[in-house]
Amino acid sequence: MQATKEKKALTFQELLFTLQKFWAERGCVLQQPYDLEVGAGTMSPDTFLRVLGPKPIKIAYAQPSRRPADGRYGENPNRLFRHTQLQVILKPPPERVQELYLESLVAIGIDLREHDIKFEEDNWEWPVGGAWGVGWQVMLDGQEITQFTYFQQCGGMDLDPISGEITYGMERIAQFLQDVDSIYDIVWARDPDTGAEMTYGGVRLHEEQQFSAYSFDYADVEKLWEHLRLYEAECLALLSLAKTVVSEENADALAVKRFPTMGAYELALKCSHTFNLLDARGAISVTERVGVMARIRNLIVGVAKVYAEQGRVVAAGAGA
Amino acid sequence: MADLLFEIGLEEVPARMIESAEAELRRRVVDLLMRERLLENAVTNAFSMPPAFTVRSFSTPRRLAVLIGGVDTQQKDIVEEVTGPAVKIAYKDGVATPAAEAFARKSGVAVADLKTVTTPKGEYLAATSVKAGRTAAEVIAAELPKEVGAIYWAKNMYWRAGKPERFVRPVLWLVCLLGEEVVPVSFGGKTAGRATFGHRVLSSGEPFEIESPESYAVQLEGEYVLVDVEARRHKIRKALDHATREVAGARWREDEALVDQVTHLTEWPDVLLGSFEPEYLALPEEVLVTVMRDHQKYFAVEDADGKLAPHFLTVLNISTDENSAAIIRQGNERVLRARFNDARFFWEFDQRVPLVERVKLLENVTFQKDLGSYATKSERVRGLAAAFAERIGETVDAAALDEAARLAKTDLTTELVKEFTELQGIIGGLYAKAQGISQIACDAIYDQYTPASMDDGVPRSVEGALLGVADRADTIAGMFGLGMEPTGSKDPFALRRAANGIVKILAETGLPIKLDRIIVAAAKDGATADKMRGFFRERVEFYLREVRGQAYDVVKAVVAAGSDDVRDVVARAEAVTHVRGGDDFRAVSAAFKRMKNILVQAGFELPGLGAVAGGGAEGDAEGALMRKFGVIDAKVRELSSQRAYRSALEAIATLRPEIDAFFDQVMVMDPDLTVRNGRLTLLAMIVASFSGIADFSEIVTAG
Repeated sequence: MQATKEKKALTFQELLFTLQKFWAERGCVLQQPYDLEVGAGTMSPDTFLRVLGPKPIKIAYAQPSRRPADGRYGENPNRLFRHTQLQVILKPPPERVQELYLESLVAIGIDLREHDIKFEEDNWEWPVGGAWGVGWQVMLDGQEITQFTYFQQCGGMDLDPISGEITYGMERIAQFLQDVDSIYDIVWARDPDTGAEMTYGGVRLHEEQQFSAYSFDYADVEKLWEHLRLYEAECLALLSLAKTVVSEENADALAVKRFPTMGAYELALKCSHTFNLLDARGAISVTERVGVMARIRNLIVGVAKVYAEQGRVVAAGAGA
Repeated sequence: MADLLFEIGLEEVPARMIESAEAELRRRVVDLLMRERLLENAVTNAFSMPPAFTVRSFSTPRRLAVLIGGVDTQQKDIVEEVTGPAVKIAYKDGVATPAAEAFARKSGVAVADLKTVTTPKGEYLAATSVKAGRTAAEVIAAELPKEVGAIYWAKNMYWRAGKPERFVRPVLWLVCLLGEEVVPVSFGGKTAGRATFGHRVLSSGEPFEIESPESYAVQLEGEYVLVDVEARRHKIRKALDHATREVAGARWREDEALVDQVTHLTEWPDVLLGSFEPEYLALPEEVLVTVMRDHQKYFAVEDADGKLAPHFLTVLNISTDENSAAIIRQGNERVLRARFNDARFFWEFDQRVPLVERVKLLENVTFQKDLGSYATKSERVRGLAAAFAERIGETVDAAALDEAARLAKTDLTTELVKEFTELQGIIGGLYAKAQGISQIACDAIYDQYTPASMDDGVPRSVEGALLGVADRADTIAGMFGLGMEPTGSKDPFALRRAANGIVKILAETGLPIKLDRIIVAAAKDGATADKMRGFFRERVEFYLREVRGQAYDVVKAVVAAGSDDVRDVVARAEAVTHVRGGDDFRAVSAAFKRMKNILVQAGFELPGLGAVAGGGAEGDAEGALMRKFGVIDAKVRELSSQRAYRSALEAIATLRPEIDAFFDQVMVMDPDLTVRNGRLTLLAMIVASFSGIADFSEIVTAG
């Protein structure tokens, strides 16, 4: 107990600032969280779509990630309906990227010589996005604090260059640094004048309570199915339209550039979140599950293909 | 001669892949040097002491290395006599033709230096060509990259733009020294030098230079890397012992697989003892151990009575002092506490809905889309189990078995199984016990997935064995019925493992059920049953070979005589293996082959079970064989019925003098049809009689 209490650990928000500053100083564009429900930072277009195609990018953002089935009404000290991932995308990954990552741990106050750090194999896969990569879970004194992935495929397409993805589990790291057993006891902010502390629970407990109740008890299953159908139909319509619009044969370069692939992607994300809600609600039998997942995969992989094609056609047009 | 050192520096390689990769790199480098004639000195001096040719290999999560002593620094020249065109063609009127010139060019000599040789076909041009040996450095720089690129990885990746190569993880550096000289081997965008890296944290982080191949391991140890796997394993075991001593009378639970895993996760291992609140010991030990071992890679600790103690051991990849040990211990204890808390929450939460009430919930859990839910599967398994129980009779507690079958899958609806899927069945058994279900049913539920692998045991009770057989048979029959049987390396539903489980249970428990009864009971129709028969025959063969270590030919021989009764086929295989080395048995086996050939060539089939038609006169070889066979046949039947196959086979082997004499003195294919048929009948009866044990013609006899 004594060892970590000596110097005050970073608050939750300081932790976020520090990591974002760290990566900004290493050339990352800082993006705001994506303003749509996603199950993981990977699903934000800043990762899922930007890793496609040849254009290099370094970007970082803190993404609230919603997993309705993981909600526990705020009663479980280690599980959340919505948690925060700090997502860093490095395309292409620089040499010795692991060392860079370890420096970021030093930046948030972790003395590497006083901890046990291991990179243990953990390969990431998101079948619905036709995406996978190889990498590690980074273990710090027995706690998984980061997921480190070299993306290999996305939207069913091989990536070249590949991207390195670093996903920090912010609550876990804060719990670790502050040495608290419950997520809700994490100090989110500390008033610089009074020293008064605002905890994670103080900021978010009511959200966990209400959203758990919504996704487990209140969400209207029929309406959710209807939402899913509507989002899917509109997304499919756009994908179908893309076949004629997003093409080298299309002389209207502006129409190609303005084709709303991003809009189609948001509709696909809506479907994914609606599916997760239905799943948490216990409304999807295992039989249906496979079928609905295939439908959503069809949307997401379809969007990725259009996005890649659009990028290619626009780039070719710009050169001409 | 010089020593060769080659090291590949990598980002952390998955622990499960390191051992085989290290061995493969070592093999590839040695093969390369052999192939390129760079170990000739060493090989010719192979009996020198100490041996001139030594190989060591090393690995950690961040490197693979091989060190070979006694490598020739230069290939010997190859001097070759090459024959060229005929002199007649090579010279026209004493002048060299283009043919002679081309040959000289090809052989690397001047036309004037060409010789003539006389062969039986006439005079030909010849040249002595000298293929200059290359230096070892040249050869290694040119050839080693291909070997590195060919190493097998279960999963690999691209990392460089343009995707020039795939490897398990990005290559960070290469070291290649021949003696003290660098060999500039290139792979993955890196060219070898002499610089390597020490431990990620304990070393300075700066590269340092390896002075010579021999100093490699020592220099790395100075930078906190124990590069020798066995040294690391040894250090871990000692450190586990040492740390456990803090608790009086305690022992750490031996776990070879886990020792192996942590050996491949560390460069500079140490061990720390941690504790958890004793109140968690109220949770089932299976859950606690799974959390510790599978989720946290901790070793469990037990007290002097073998009971789980509230401690754990974690293997670190760093050395500690008092301060850091306290921090790391505390961190690990917190993680474990959170995990145990979760488990306890699930354990208590799940108990609110007893298994009996969960039967209905199984309707919502799909087993397979065309085979329905786990509720319907459970009903089918109940039916099968009841049918098997009825066959066996009163030694089975049919009511307990039925209850077990009904509840067996209900733990799939519990949170604890969703969290720890590897504990399905076990958790069901534990819940059943906590909910007052009969002990027999609880044990059967608990054991339903046993054996999980061929190294595993078998269910403790006949009810557990029957439940396991019924469940697996239902799965296999269902999938086969849908045409979803395994093909080649594809077995997505692990049906082979399921069938292996059935075979193992039948072989190693006293269950008096034959495979065919299981197949017929489970299969929906004859076609499915037929496919299953072939499938199970292969599984029996697999079991005999891989688990019982029986030779390929013995397996073929005994399975040819039937594999329906698994325990019986095991007994026959063991008996054949036992006697196969004996001279008499070998001779009889060879004679068997001959008999079968004669019968096949004659197109003869036994008309039915009749007495041997009297053919030859008494006293001759035919009569002798006939009489002896009559005696032995009866004996073999008697012994076989008691599964005394070894004695039966030994009895068959005593036929050797009569068989030898028969083939020496008697011509089977006598022109007289009656005589011939009599003799063929005798042979056919011998073959038929003994073929109940094995088809001896399958036995490979030397020579």
